[in-house]
Amino acid sequence: MALIDLANPTRFLAFAERALPWLAGAAAAAFAAGLYLAWFVAPDDYQQGATVKIMFVHVPAAWLGMAAWALMSLAALGTLVWRHPLADVAARSAAPIGAAFTFLCLVTGALWGRPMWGAYWVWDARLTSMLVLFLMYLGLLALWRAVEDPARAGRLVAVLTLVGAINLPIIKFSVDWWNTLHQPASVFRLGGPTIDPSLLWPLMVMALAFTLLFAVVQLAAMRNEILRRRVRALRIMQAQAAQRA
Amino acid sequence: MELVADRLRCVRGGREVFAGIGFRVRAGEALVVTGPNGAGKSSLLRALAGLVRLAEGQAALLGADPELTLAEQAHFVGHLDPVKPSLTVAENLAFWARFYGGVQGRDVHDSLAAVGLGGLAHLPAAYLSAGQRRRLSLARLVAVGRPVWLLDEPTAALDAAAHARFAGLMREHLGRGGLIVVATHVPLGLEGAQALRLGEAP
Amino acid sequence: MISPAGPSLASALAALLVRDLRLAVRIGGGALMGVLFFLAVVTLVPFAVGPDLALLRRIGPAMLWLGALLANLLALDRLLASDYEDGSLDLLLLARPPLELALAVKAAAQWLATGLPLVLAAPLLGLLLDIEPAAMGAVALTLLAGTPALTFIGLVGAGLAVTLRRGGLLLPILVLPLAVPVLIFGVSASNAAVVGPVPFGPPFMILCALTLVGLVVGPFAAAAALRHGME
Repeated sequence: MALIDLANPTRFLAFAERALPWLAGAAAAAFAAGLYLAWFVAPDDYQQGATVKIMFVHVPAAWLGMAAWALMSLAALGTLVWRHPLADVAARSAAPIGAAFTFLCLVTGALWGRPMWGAYWVWDARLTSMLVLFLMYLGLLALWRAVEDPARAGRLVAVLTLVGAINLPIIKFSVDWWNTLHQPASVFRLGGPTIDPSLLWPLMVMALAFTLLFAVVQLAAMRNEILRRRVRALRIMQAQAAQRA
Repeated sequence: MELVADRLRCVRGGREVFAGIGFRVRAGEALVVTGPNGAGKSSLLRALAGLVRLAEGQAALLGADPELTLAEQAHFVGHLDPVKPSLTVAENLAFWARFYGGVQGRDVHDSLAAVGLGGLAHLPAAYLSAGQRRRLSLARLVAVGRPVWLLDEPTAALDAAAHARFAGLMREHLGRGGLIVVATHVPLGLEGAQALRLGEAP
Repeated sequence: MISPAGPSLASALAALLVRDLRLAVRIGGGALMGVLFFLAVVTLVPFAVGPDLALLRRIGPAMLWLGALLANLLALDRLLASDYEDGSLDLLLLARPPLELALAVKAAAQWLATGLPLVLAAPLLGLLLDIEPAAMGAVALTLLAGTPALTFIGLVGAGLAVTLRRGGLLLPILVLPLAVPVLIFGVSASNAAVVGPVPFGPPFMILCALTLVGLVVGPFAAAAALRHGME
């Protein structure tokens, strides 16, 4: 089956039904392996003790929070340039998932920071950038909610997504600059610049597990969104039929 | 019961919209207000509903509950349909029925059926066409009993079938001893109605 | 023959409350916009003043109050405007429940949908500004006592601005000066709880009094404004 065939929502639904169990199984297996590695294989940090293990959730969540925006940007191009019928379905589904991963990243960051800094939140450059990303996700979700017609909402959101994609690196740069301006580099950096291979492997497996989880949730959400739009279309047809009757 | 209006005069934005208007409408009677655009049909109806201040004169409902004002015993249908798109059709009507209280007319589903929206009760009102929204707005008149109907172009946006159905509802209301004051451009099929033509002589 | 019977006032007002709450949470409703705006404003503060936690802790209560005030203001625009635009306001004027009560109920629904979430969100945002839990409790308490006053004062502004074209722009200009006392006593009560040594009681009592005055004056003034403004 060529990728283009999946453009047809009906084909996509059939594909999603077949692919979902396999993907879910793979995600479960990857999580089992990743959690085993994280709990029992990866060593405790000599400074941070067991709290370093928060990293195995925090870092993949941060990656996927950003990856979801990248996916949405592609989908936005699909909506605006190629007018692909599934593009805004994909964007619609990815937005809350990306927001959830970003939120997970923020929460785990706060929990990690508590023993490190003695405060749940310090205005660390990376965390602050994630907070701004989270705000942008919430704005996007608010825009989706504000427009009733999904096709129109999709086009508006696509514009905002692309503007966001251009702006996010600028925001990241500004926040870094702002942060170094105020705080010299003595701050502990989450994730650290160098990482020991004994931590790297479990991290990679966890990242794979999170990516598979993302794929599962994304596919299921797209299926639900397509069905939701069909229900909406049927109800509009019902109202129109009543008009003619 | 009798609606009596005496020497009504209305001034809006320094311009006299109408003056010296007087009429009596008895129970079971209708008054059809006609006239060119800008002659003050809408202002007259809004004034009767108490939404626009009268510069002179007064309108009162004689022989009704003296505790209540004319506006509190009247239904007003203006140019806008007070329909919330994110509520369902039934929720929209049920709200006005409960908020208006007083005499309960028919229940929500019967009222929707009376205006031909019977099968759409559970749909969000956002999916309705302009004509359907207007019918939902008119369903209020069936769901809550009030003796006076003040109608401003009630059949705008209605197709022929809905128009005929609403004419039937109006005749039913008159038959039960109700009063109707209606501004319109098109014949409504109300036999024996009084006519009031505004803006005749400039 | 149709005869008017005694309407059930409580049932009518309950219907209005339920409708407004439903509208706030359904698609296109603004229930969570205020919280989002609040979060955005509080996030912006450290970018302006720097990430120094000691400083943020000191100005935190003031920032939370300013954020809540602005978020409240943002939501006021829609309080009466949507009902005005679709003609619902005409029908509210014609109905038997007094307009003052109907407006009070609308403001109450508005506070439940937009003000209360701000109070609930404040402790979370307090984490960002490193406010201690006990002090945060006090700030949340002052917001709980003070935000209804903001909504009911805002109701007057909404009543004045709704019938005007571009009233949405006028609204903040009308309402902000009226909100000054609430801000003063809200922030001083919060600061009393955070830094001391001034007692928390007196400013908090005045804040409660302002809310009670708002509850009484707001609906009457707004109803008067609407009756004079509607044409």
